[in-house]
Amino acid sequence: MSHPFTIVHPGTGSDATPVTPRNVPVHGGPISVSAAAVEAQFPGAVSRVVVARGETTVIVSAARVHEIIQWLHDEPAQSYEYLSDVTAVEFRDLSQPLEVVWHLRSLRFRRFIRVKVQIVKGQKLEVPSVWDIYKGADWLERECYDMFGIKFAGHPDLRRILLWEQYKEGFPLRKDFPLRGRFSRSEQLKNALSANPESRYSMEELSIADAFEDLPADMRKRLSGGEKTGE
Amino acid sequence: MGLNGAEFAGHGPATEMVHMDARPGESWVTTKLDFLVNWGRANSLWPMPFGTACCAIEFMASAASKYDLARFGMERMAFSPRQSDVLICAGRVPFKLAPIIRRIWQQMPQPKWCISMGACASTGGMFDNYAVVQGIDTIIPVDVYVPGCPPRPEGLIYGIMMLQKKIMNERNAQAGIRDEMSPDPISKLYIPASRIDELSEPFGNSVHQTRSAP
Repeated sequence: MSHPFTIVHPGTGSDATPVTPRNVPVHGGPISVSAAAVEAQFPGAVSRVVVARGETTVIVSAARVHEIIQWLHDEPAQSYEYLSDVTAVEFRDLSQPLEVVWHLRSLRFRRFIRVKVQIVKGQKLEVPSVWDIYKGADWLERECYDMFGIKFAGHPDLRRILLWEQYKEGFPLRKDFPLRGRFSRSEQLKNALSANPESRYSMEELSIADAFEDLPADMRKRLSGGEKTGE
Repeated sequence: MGLNGAEFAGHGPATEMVHMDARPGESWVTTKLDFLVNWGRANSLWPMPFGTACCAIEFMASAASKYDLARFGMERMAFSPRQSDVLICAGRVPFKLAPIIRRIWQQMPQPKWCISMGACASTGGMFDNYAVVQGIDTIIPVDVYVPGCPPRPEGLIYGIMMLQKKIMNERNAQAGIRDEMSPDPISKLYIPASRIDELSEPFGNSVHQTRSAP
């Protein structure tokens, strides 16, 4: 049986054979070659490079993060073809900036790099979407928007994904969000129960669905009339 | 209490504990008919499993061969609410699921019962947060609460036996036996939150937590 790729058996390959990293320092250590390459390619865009537990974090400016990730994806010497995660961090110290984090992985070179953008408190929570580079960013960015309220400019369908679309209480992972929510329990229950589960599909999903023709006539009429569902 | 097969083999649950003697104003025929109907219902409860979390694992263990819910006439899991008798809510219910579990309950035909299995379904449990319903009894009426996190299969079976005892004691001629106090905010039976707080003790893991207020 022929394989479309070369199988590397443990102990027989080159230096690239995967091994479990041992004795990794908490801070410091070798900087990823990609970080230096980004710094060389985009002078002035990288504000800081941090190495923690063997993983390199590149803190870049929000204006240029899209082209940096595009370059990391397209450049054959980098080849970060897999986006593991898009998330954000808000610190309990409210003077610290909020961070948006992209985890990129290069399957070809077995490399990992973390790209961060810092948004100073009070600034508009908006960063460019990487959906045009990685289609898998769609739901990751929606989740990040759902939990933190960060707008991803250029995302095709930015709406809540975990909470229901009519959720009015805010963004739960922000530090100013009380654990029990902003509304009273009875208000929360009333809001939740007043939602009609069947009307909670997005118009985009319904209108492109194969079964659109099979939808009830009144629903088709409402959707073609431009009505927003789930309101 | 020991729950082995031998103890329950051959006779229905707790039938000997039920006294269906005619109360004043009741006839012998209706009580015997009630007994028969209740016996049939109690021993062929078809569960609608609504498993959302780890309690569902214990529920599956209860249904599997070691604990064997089939001994109680519950071997037939009805994954359609329209063919089920008892809704077993096993696990936490987030607010996003609240309208769905209510719809499932509304789709179940009468007579129907509900078992709230575990701490989360009964009170919200440790999830005292913005996303989780603080007890499914704020959405649908509950007959039996099974405590535990999660309850062991013995606990669930004990709750089921309590429900069977409750069914055996039902009088079907009684008016209003199937009426529901719906907590639906638009229904006339809706009790405002202030009234619920006035009537209920603080609950949950905080003395400041009330049934309705944050």
